[in-house]
Amino acid sequence: MRKVLSAACLGAMATFVVGVAYANEELIKMSQNPKDWVQPAGDYANTRYSKLNQINASNVGKLQVAWTFSTGVLRGHEGGPLVIGNMMYVHTPFPNKVYALDLSQDNKIVWKYEPKQDPNVIPVMCCDTVNRGVAYGDGKIFLHQADTTLVALDAKTGKVEWTTKNGDPAKGETGTSSPLVVKDKVLIGISGGEFGVHCHVTAYDLKSGKQVWRAYSEGPDDMIKVDPVKTTELGKPVGKDSSLKTWQGDQWKIGGGCTWGWLSYDPSLNLVYYGSGNPSTWNPKQRPGDNKWSMTIFARNADDGMAKWVYQMTPHDEWDYDGVNEMILTDQPFNGQPRKLLTHFDRNGLAYTMDRESGELLVAEKYDPKVNWTTGVDMNKNSPTYGRPKVVDQYSTDKAGEDVNVKGICPAALGTKDQQPAAYSPDTQLFYVPTNHVCMDYEPFKVSYTAGQPYVGATLSMYPPQGESHMGNFIAWDNKGKIVWSNKEPFSVWSGALATAGGVVFYGTLEGYFKAVDAKTGKELYKFKTPSGIIGNVNTYEQGGRQYVAVLSGVGGWAGIGLAAGLTDPTAGLGAVGGYAALSNYTALGGTLTVFALPQ
Amino acid sequence: MRKIWLIAAALTLVAPGNIAFAADDAAAVKTEDGKYFDKEGNPTYKVGADGTVDWYTYSGYRRYHSECHVCHGPDGMGSTYAPALQESLKTMSYGDFVSVVASGRKSGNSVMPALGDNPNVACYMDDLYVYLRARAHDAVGRVRPAKKEDKPEAYTETEKSCMGSK
Repeated sequence: MRKVLSAACLGAMATFVVGVAYANEELIKMSQNPKDWVQPAGDYANTRYSKLNQINASNVGKLQVAWTFSTGVLRGHEGGPLVIGNMMYVHTPFPNKVYALDLSQDNKIVWKYEPKQDPNVIPVMCCDTVNRGVAYGDGKIFLHQADTTLVALDAKTGKVEWTTKNGDPAKGETGTSSPLVVKDKVLIGISGGEFGVHCHVTAYDLKSGKQVWRAYSEGPDDMIKVDPVKTTELGKPVGKDSSLKTWQGDQWKIGGGCTWGWLSYDPSLNLVYYGSGNPSTWNPKQRPGDNKWSMTIFARNADDGMAKWVYQMTPHDEWDYDGVNEMILTDQPFNGQPRKLLTHFDRNGLAYTMDRESGELLVAEKYDPKVNWTTGVDMNKNSPTYGRPKVVDQYSTDKAGEDVNVKGICPAALGTKDQQPAAYSPDTQLFYVPTNHVCMDYEPFKVSYTAGQPYVGATLSMYPPQGESHMGNFIAWDNKGKIVWSNKEPFSVWSGALATAGGVVFYGTLEGYFKAVDAKTGKELYKFKTPSGIIGNVNTYEQGGRQYVAVLSGVGGWAGIGLAAGLTDPTAGLGAVGGYAALSNYTALGGTLTVFALPQ
Repeated sequence: MRKIWLIAAALTLVAPGNIAFAADDAAAVKTEDGKYFDKEGNPTYKVGADGTVDWYTYSGYRRYHSECHVCHGPDGMGSTYAPALQESLKTMSYGDFVSVVASGRKSGNSVMPALGDNPNVACYMDDLYVYLRARAHDAVGRVRPAKKEDKPEAYTETEKSCMGSK
């Protein structure tokens, strides 16, 4: 039945698209206009780079606040607004409001959308009620609500054009991620790795909201849209039942592998890239095997979802190192050859550089020297463990087993970097990466699964690396494997970065500082304390001949939960409590958009 | 599972001595199979002179940091998202605690889910209560308890039957 149906769908699609201009042709054209910010990441390649250069390294020190906007919502504000012509689209966490502001009319609210959602979805969102933003395509604004409703709004009026349900919050399925518009479809992932959700990426028809394809992270080959012969991992066909063979019994059905990160797209290869999250539960003993394809980079055909290649970074996860972080697509020379590259900063502390066409692994190096759970990835193509990380026994929570507390693992489950996206500047050919500098103790134990209930199975405590007190770094990375510069931050850097042709890189901090640094040296050029901690992503646009830089502040997210009270050092024993700064001493809740410009 | 807990919650609510009061006397006056009780008959913690904690406090520490801390923050300290239970337990009775954990609670956009159906929580209700009560009284600090009493045999039996494991 499934085959018949998908064949019918493909047939219908083929006739439908004839003579229709794809939405991405419009989007590519619009994203080439640096005055706009039409996609959450600025472009399909997720570079978060702008050609605007009115604000540059020599004048950024004079930056001033041009205007501000309160979202009227507390809770963690991730993501950032879109700018299309004179319109700006600002989203909020639950209840997931969307405001359309007219930048040419003193930022007046043109329309506002506020869905009615059952608040019972709130506690099934593992780490605050965040939302990472809306997407634009074909005259519509797409929003993935907390309750997994995907809604298409008329960009001009805010009128609902269609809605569809992407999941079921009663099973712990929730929506936090931003959609991606590709051709005649809108693609969206799903959250719920701590609830044993069977996660997927789904493509919906742009015009009608009808489901076109759905690709799960684990299960039988047809469900995961993997061809045993044509889909490869590191150059070799994955073979039949590549996922099923790596799970015990039916465990894949509650296997996680969630898809709540960013999607990117290469129009010339017609491939969509994203990573899958941790296998459920956090207790590795309870799910023997490699747990494929959790913790995996996927390259999928945008039309039918079929995987061209896959690469599992952390087989049989033992630390909650979700592989969902963004894939940044760049065309750069590598070993003297021009290559189509994909760069990915994984939660596991390794930065991967791959050939995005073939899936060949070129570089896998630590981007925080404190990473200790692995000695590195086996890069020997003839080795039976080629491409696998070598796990250090001392930090293996699986080897230690249930009810044993494994101490001093770096990075913590937060990862060396979480979803907060990095930026890439083609001018410096450097990646600007917001990172966490936190280690943990991890003790797995047995848990039982109940639909819609947390399914965690490990106790964690987190603290800065031994002998250090700062919990974050903002680094410049060249994707050959080197940290070029590194700025210490007292807290994890949980904000998305922006690089510009002005030679300036922007990011935000958890205390609430908006910062500008020199792209070449990392030297701090400007900072301003916004009303709340920043976990949003910086963007830029031009309006009326003036360049603006915008960022959402509003502390929360996992960072707000883990760091609000401050971390403790378990090795210091009683009495050292409060030795590390508590975020709650610096900032409080509240969503505000702050927009900066040079004085006129 | 849910039914069992609702009944348990109702029973404890009508039992005497379960009304919240500011000067909560958490001193252990009785012990049974490694579990300690206060003078009202409610579960409580026991911390020895050398810092050794009772099994329930230790187990509660572990379960809290698996099931609760993703909203309520580390060590019951609260977060930007949910209240500090270290504070709540200063005034919340045992009966109220069990009832809210089992049946949930809603106040605007602040929502505590009903966890009575979740054996990972429901089977460890007293463990969580005892740990958080110890935190509320500052009897254990913000660190993993270093020394603990052995896991009682009766506890192992009850845990097995509650979790339905072989």
